[in-house]
Amino acid sequence: METYLPVIWGGLIAAAITLYVILDGFDLGIGILFPFGRSEAERDHMMNSVAPFWDGNETWLILGGGGLWVAFPSAFSVIMPAMYIPVILMLLALVFRGVAFEFRFVSKPHHKMWDIAFSAGSIVAAFCQGLVLGGVLDGIAVTDGQFSGGPFDFLSPFAIACGLGLICGYALLGSTWLMMRVDGTAGVKARGWAFTALVLMLIFIVVVSIWTPLFDQHIAERWFSRPNIYVLWLVPLATAALALVAMRGIDAHKGFQAFAASVGLYLLCFLGLGISTFPYLIPPTLTVWDTAAVPASQLFTLFGILVMLPIILMYTAFVYWTFRGKLAEGEGYH
Amino acid sequence: MDIDPLIFSRIQFAFTISFHVIFPSFTIGLAAWIATLEGMWLFSKNERYHTLARFWTKIFAVSFGMGVVSGIVMSYQFGTNWAEYSRIVGNVVAPLIGYEVLTAFFLEATFLGIMLFGWNRVPPWLHFTASVLVALGTAMSAFWILSANSWMQYPAGHAMQGDIAVPADWLQVIFSPTFPTRFLHMLFAAYITTAFVVFAMGARYWLQGRFIEHAETMLKMALGLLIVLVPLQLLVGDRAGTTVAEYQPTKLAAIEAHWDGNESPVSFVLFAWPNEEQERNDYAITIPHVASLLITHTWDGKFPGLTDVPREDRPPVWPVFFSFRIMVGLGLVMLATVVVGGVLWYRDRLFSTGLYLRTVSLMWPIGFITVLCGWFTTEIGRQPWIATGILRTEDAVSPISGGAVIVSLALFVLVYATVFSAGIYYINRLLKRGPEPTGSGGEGTSSRRPMSFAKDAGREAIQAGE
Repeated sequence: METYLPVIWGGLIAAAITLYVILDGFDLGIGILFPFGRSEAERDHMMNSVAPFWDGNETWLILGGGGLWVAFPSAFSVIMPAMYIPVILMLLALVFRGVAFEFRFVSKPHHKMWDIAFSAGSIVAAFCQGLVLGGVLDGIAVTDGQFSGGPFDFLSPFAIACGLGLICGYALLGSTWLMMRVDGTAGVKARGWAFTALVLMLIFIVVVSIWTPLFDQHIAERWFSRPNIYVLWLVPLATAALALVAMRGIDAHKGFQAFAASVGLYLLCFLGLGISTFPYLIPPTLTVWDTAAVPASQLFTLFGILVMLPIILMYTAFVYWTFRGKLAEGEGYH
Repeated sequence: MDIDPLIFSRIQFAFTISFHVIFPSFTIGLAAWIATLEGMWLFSKNERYHTLARFWTKIFAVSFGMGVVSGIVMSYQFGTNWAEYSRIVGNVVAPLIGYEVLTAFFLEATFLGIMLFGWNRVPPWLHFTASVLVALGTAMSAFWILSANSWMQYPAGHAMQGDIAVPADWLQVIFSPTFPTRFLHMLFAAYITTAFVVFAMGARYWLQGRFIEHAETMLKMALGLLIVLVPLQLLVGDRAGTTVAEYQPTKLAAIEAHWDGNESPVSFVLFAWPNEEQERNDYAITIPHVASLLITHTWDGKFPGLTDVPREDRPPVWPVFFSFRIMVGLGLVMLATVVVGGVLWYRDRLFSTGLYLRTVSLMWPIGFITVLCGWFTTEIGRQPWIATGILRTEDAVSPISGGAVIVSLALFVLVYATVFSAGIYYINRLLKRGPEPTGSGGEGTSSRRPMSFAKDAGREAIQAGE
């Protein structure tokens, strides 16, 4: 029990974070692309395409963070203070972009400020999430189970690269979502945005993939030692194949194909990260077993997850189905 | 220079949670009110209820957004600023928060999409179902949050493993001794808070001679609910007081500014300036026997005083003492308001008494202030403990730089001031504009361009505001 529970929980949290990144990723992406929408109508159109979903999407962030606290309290209590600055900035950015959904509509025609809040909030939130990801992968100073570093320890060229990469990745999800879900000029422009975002994201994937094994002996061994390499070479191969599928989808105006392939790219990135870091939650010192909550706590909440998660997924799917189909320009759900 | 992160973390938490609690207090009740209106619309087919439901949904949308974003901040602050708290009681408290996310947060956030944007997409019964689920979600949220908080007030069902608290009996953890009354107290508080807002708005429209029929419905429904809930709330409040006396005697002593545990009979301190330095009350106005009567329900019963525990185990007295008095005072004002309203209604003079309606129209903030004072009483009264007997607040703080916390606190103040004053401004504008008949499928320009619904609402609201 003590062996498997933390691994199951590690998988669950990875799944919650992955779902968060994909689901909130496309609506954060809409905010990142907002400055490129020229007219009020175009921006209305972009925002309307995600308005009914954003709140549910963001809840996965709370499940990811809350789940980490439930299952690995000793990791939560190290990562959060270590990432104090990017986490707080992310929260503030999410405040701005979250309220912008409603405020922008009720403040019309004086909504310019909320256009900026929505866009800047989305960009800063995406960047900070990348900083947290990069900061954790980079390693955290721990003494006696407590964070023992300084407030700017998270900041490194690698973390900044992760932040920029995540902005591009979210923009890719947002633009392929638009290709799939909206008509009119925003839909046409989305194709161009998707192309640029895909190229940029691929550059960051390549950079991070070369960077991590180069600077971290453990990661290099994990990937290139025998027999791992016989299986693991499939990961970069699949990434390249999916990138091609995404590219062709964008080229051929196939919104669904482009979006699905982008989601696939994300899944592979997370798989890659998982392969690099498992079983460490806080590289290079603490594993899922070191930081696990007592089995009674992990089991109690696991039971809740097993019962509630299928229900949550069902009604989430139902809401997506309710608002299915392409959204015509000038149309909204209000 | 080393700056202590403790004091600024405490200010930051107090600031962000005080802001946050305002919104759930309103949206828990508002969701239930909207669901009720929709149910009545479905049942009676009276278009007035539909118009009201749609109108209050617009207000709900703006308030709910602010509640969500300020709530996410809370859940992450446990880790960023209170890492030792997260580590030491995480095994017990975190699963309760986890269950809140699983059973409540997802429910309300997901069905909110249908509630706000589904009017023309789903049949009315399904929309009604979504509203009921959102209302249920908000109440379930309160359940888990109060459960976690009550455990911190008076921990139960746990065991200590070294310095870590671990669960021993989950039912005892969830239903810790102070939980049932505290949950009921908060739930009623939320419904009463919302009802007073609706009551005040109804009075405002009535006095302005606008939306007369809608105003009448709002006045009657709000007053009807308040006539039931306000007296009940006083009873629950009394019960909560008895629970505090039983489980948190030091908090009770601070509430009553009661220093000497040997005093008998205990006088009720109506007003005083608690002097913590010299352990007595200055400028006290007291009523003999009343405190004994209220707390022990006997003529000259004794109960523990502040001097029964060492200084370092006492909470700050004056904030607890005063916020409790403001809370109870406002509760009595509410009681007087509903009694007068009930009498007027019974004599069929509710709508012909201008003075009463004018007073009511100004009373919309009363619930919010009362809720805040209640939370100040209970949270400050818990000090110096963050989890009573297990962990002190001063030992719970993260090993972070004080400078970083000062900057984040300044940013929170700046951002919240901007965002929430804008939100309150927009809500006020929507309220000024009032409920406009929408028709079942939308009418006029709205049916041709559905999205313009919000746009029009915004534009017209501005005209109304100017």
